[in-house]
Amino acid sequence: MSDTKASTEKAPPKTEAELDPVHIRIRELKKGYDDTPVLRGVTLDIERGFINVIIGGSGAGKSVLTRQLLRLEKPDSGEIVVDGTDIAMLDDWKLVPIRKKFGMVFQFGALFDSMSVFDNVAFPLREHTKMNRSEVHDRVMARLATLNVAHAAHKLPAQISGGMQKRVAIARALVLEPEILVYDEPTSGLDPVSSRIVDDLISETAASFGVTSVVITHDMASVFKIGHRVNMLYKGLIEASCTPDEILRSQNPIVIDFLTASGVKMKQ
Amino acid sequence: MANETATKEPAENEPKPQSEKTEVEPEKLPNIAVRFAEWVFAAPVIALAEIGLVMRLLWDTVLWGIRRPYRISLVISMCEFIGVQSMIIVGLTGASVGAVFGLQLVEGFRQLGAENQTGSVVSIALARELAPVFSSLMISARAGSAIATEIGSMRVTNQIDALTTMSVNPIQYLIFPRVLAGLLMTPIMALFFYLIGFAGAYAVATEVYGLDGGIFIERMRWYVDAKDLLQGLTKAAIFGVTLTIISCRQGFYASGGAAGVGLATNRAVVQSSVAVLVLDYFITTFFV
Repeated sequence: MSDTKASTEKAPPKTEAELDPVHIRIRELKKGYDDTPVLRGVTLDIERGFINVIIGGSGAGKSVLTRQLLRLEKPDSGEIVVDGTDIAMLDDWKLVPIRKKFGMVFQFGALFDSMSVFDNVAFPLREHTKMNRSEVHDRVMARLATLNVAHAAHKLPAQISGGMQKRVAIARALVLEPEILVYDEPTSGLDPVSSRIVDDLISETAASFGVTSVVITHDMASVFKIGHRVNMLYKGLIEASCTPDEILRSQNPIVIDFLTASGVKMKQ
Repeated sequence: MANETATKEPAENEPKPQSEKTEVEPEKLPNIAVRFAEWVFAAPVIALAEIGLVMRLLWDTVLWGIRRPYRISLVISMCEFIGVQSMIIVGLTGASVGAVFGLQLVEGFRQLGAENQTGSVVSIALARELAPVFSSLMISARAGSAIATEIGSMRVTNQIDALTTMSVNPIQYLIFPRVLAGLLMTPIMALFFYLIGFAGAYAVATEVYGLDGGIFIERMRWYVDAKDLLQGLTKAAIFGVTLTIISCRQGFYASGGAAGVGLATNRAVVQSSVAVLVLDYFITTFFV
């Protein structure tokens, strides 16, 4: 890890907020569009260093919650506290240092289609570090090699498969070594084998880099394979927030309905 | 079999199908007069809102543009795209407009016995009006449409969101270089249009109609001064900013997948062209 750090400067001592086991604290978060409420007061803790999974049916507000979490949109009200800073209403220019804590893997990768795989992964390094050409090259190739896509470095995103695009997107999200990685539907559109490979990647990434992971999904196999905490969003509210084992014993009829409809066998 | 099913009468005691229970009455549309009145009153409000949005985006672009980091290579790349790559189409249009304008003027002036004035009138018209307006329209059609499509595609495929999550402001990264390149390159393209257009008119006047080349040039030098060129270049600079910011706005706020991007491109070209023509009048009033 240390040999690939963006900067060789000594890391500053962690503040009290940075030692808090809750990495992101969301309180009474509300967001609506044209008088239609989508998030109706979400309260949620994202635990530091764990894989926090957010599940829910279509239209439950998962994607909207992700957009608020990364402040791609301003919420109507509520708090999103990241390491002690409430980012819910911060101005764009004040968000710049906070956003550097995040890495995001979009559902369809969102790779820059005019750039090669290499340039996509190198982009955050060129923007935010003073690394020279060879340092950038080494770092990018190391990340691509970790994710088994080094051979596609010179290709354009359109020339590689969906699974590879996802791996490149993970490499890009990881290259600046963020503290929080957000995955939006990481296994959607992938075949079962590729899905399990992506699941393994998420677990390995969380374990090796110690990042806090937020995984938005409705792939229940993934939830039970990788999740440390499961949060269920239903009609803009958190219905359950517990461990995967606890959710299997839930008595909440909404949770039971969702899990059984997803083919999960509840424990009595 | 199909006919049997279609003609089968439901039994009296048979429960009604689900679709009948959920059937809703079609919404009644207001009459045509009400709809027309709504359209008449809504149109100016929509237009003003659009102008407000573009001005707000331009203001944000300026604010983000003066902030570090300065991406010089992106600006150069956009200058190449908006300017250098537009040279052929601007040159062709310039040659055509100049030649046709020269042709019409020589014919017209000949009836008054004043064909020697062709050089001065062609030059003034090109410098003040034709060069800035035509070159801007051509750049709008070629580069403006491409800008709207590119940024719109980035929007609908989350690439702009990806920039934001990487702490790269998309206005600073995508819009500012394009607007600055529009500001710098459109006047250069207008000047290029002027030179090619004048050459076209000169060729027609001297080669086709046999006018004296020396008189043609001398008349131009006699009548056209720096103020005329300044007027044209000022217009071109304003048009350059206008067409790029409108194209960026359309792409930046595009939604609705491929169809949305197509609509954004269409609007970018139409709105830019209309804006150039309308602004031309108001800028001209400052100079006359």
